[in-house]
Amino acid sequence: MLKRVHFQPSVLPYLLVAPQILVTLVFFLWPAGQALYQSVLIEDAWTGNSEFVWFENFQLLFEDTEYLSVFYRTGYFAGAVALTAMFFSLILAGFADRIVKGSTIYRTLLIWPYAIAPVLAGALFVFMFDPTLGILAYGLKLIGIDWNHKLDGDQAMLLVVIAAAWKQIPYNFLFFLAAMQSIPKSVIEAASIDGAGPIKRFWTIIFPLISPTTFFLLVINVVYAFFDTFGIIHALTDGGPANSTTVLVFKVFKDGFVGLDLGGSAAQSVILMSLVIALTVVQFRFVERKVEY
Amino acid sequence: MIERRPLLSFSSHVIMVIGIIAVALPVWITFVAATHTTERMLVSPLPLLPGTHFWENLKMVLFTQEFLGTTRAPVWLSMTNSLIIALSIAIGKIVISLLSAFAIVYFRFPGRMLFFWMIFITLMLPVEVRILPTFEVVANLGMLDSYWGLTIPLIASATATFMFRQAFLTVPDELLEAARLDGAGPLKFFWDILLPLSRTNIAALFVILFTFGWNQYLWPLLITTKTEMHTVVMSIKQMLEVAEAVPQWNIIMMTSLVAMLPPILVVVLMQRLFVKGLVESEK
Repeated sequence: MLKRVHFQPSVLPYLLVAPQILVTLVFFLWPAGQALYQSVLIEDAWTGNSEFVWFENFQLLFEDTEYLSVFYRTGYFAGAVALTAMFFSLILAGFADRIVKGSTIYRTLLIWPYAIAPVLAGALFVFMFDPTLGILAYGLKLIGIDWNHKLDGDQAMLLVVIAAAWKQIPYNFLFFLAAMQSIPKSVIEAASIDGAGPIKRFWTIIFPLISPTTFFLLVINVVYAFFDTFGIIHALTDGGPANSTTVLVFKVFKDGFVGLDLGGSAAQSVILMSLVIALTVVQFRFVERKVEY
Repeated sequence: MIERRPLLSFSSHVIMVIGIIAVALPVWITFVAATHTTERMLVSPLPLLPGTHFWENLKMVLFTQEFLGTTRAPVWLSMTNSLIIALSIAIGKIVISLLSAFAIVYFRFPGRMLFFWMIFITLMLPVEVRILPTFEVVANLGMLDSYWGLTIPLIASATATFMFRQAFLTVPDELLEAARLDGAGPLKFFWDILLPLSRTNIAALFVILFTFGWNQYLWPLLITTKTEMHTVVMSIKQMLEVAEAVPQWNIIMMTSLVAMLPPILVVVLMQRLFVKGLVESEK
């Protein structure tokens, strides 16, 4: 935590942390406090007076079947994105790990979509799957699938999952590959001398040994699907059709900025914050375990 | 290589190539769309091979304000905005994180742990979850439609502070002892020893933070109302909405292409640093 040798106390350290603390106070803690405060108030839309209502906003939310279905939908969405993105990147990393010559070139060619903004990823998929013109929608029609994500909620959800997973593959790939390459070659060689083929080696040695990374990536992917996919959804479906792709972050935005329901939006923010805190705790407990391991 | 399995090695390459094609396909289709005329992009099936109107479309995208009857910032202007914002966020984050990590690692002072935890909390509160109250704060401070409002709320970063803290902790204590014997004060030590030692970390972090700043979407969407403050990434959504009525896909896709290029270039050209930064900052 602290260096054994350090400088004498003075005002200097306070000046050094001041910029960061100031920004944190003004733009993080104050708004978070505001959210907490507003979440226990109901503001009258006509008079602007607000009334202290304890936990009524939360109660209203959890009694609202629409909010509950958004909750489940977000869980489903996050699970689908995490599993899809991790599945494909695990396969790619498994094969890339075998390649001795040219693996750096493959890595370069795979990682760059990481740099594409979520909303741009959304725009690319809008274009490819446009029901009237999109090239992939056209291809699907040729094999007999009628694609219209603007009308079909399930297709819209599928599209959002594909776009979100596509953008996350490079990230997962990098971490899986790094984990696989850090497994000592002697272990793999020993298994191979004992007669284990590549598939058996993967399942009995490589996969268990990279499990800390797998778990870490699971948390990261869920966090990504929860909080970083706003742009993708906004560009692709705008939460529709009929709210079929509205996830929690999207609903906070919609209720707050379009619906102007301050109390409800604040209560949702508070719920989201507790979710993030829970996920961060999980992540950190895991990181500690990894260090011991 | 553990064993010789030519067939498996061959199929490894095949799978990698298929994977790369699948990952690159959306961007290829974007590129193709950006090289055709608007008329060609209205006829199904759309082309799969590039056309000849690349430069024409590029010129139109960069310098035209009119887009299907709506006025928008020409892309050269929104690119400039994006660049200013991405650079300010990246540099701002690095500077304030370096300073606070230095204070927390090298000084013992009352309130040190309190500050540490305050910074740690920012790690847990992404802007998306407290979007409305943060917007209100920025509006109250009169920072809407300004570069200040677009950047300052995003420059507090627990991740960068942690990364620098980690790096400083690995700097041998002897360096500080030697510096002190030679009569160097804290600031001189920071400037002449710590900063040069952190060069790679700073560069690695820069790649990640530049991408982060360039790709901001929700925040600029809320903070800006004037078109001349728009960033290039956020202008896409507006174009997509217009496209519902009259699709002008060659122009939209050219804008997307131009908008995604700078962060991709930074990531690819600084790949080694990028991988290092990504892996280290998540530790």
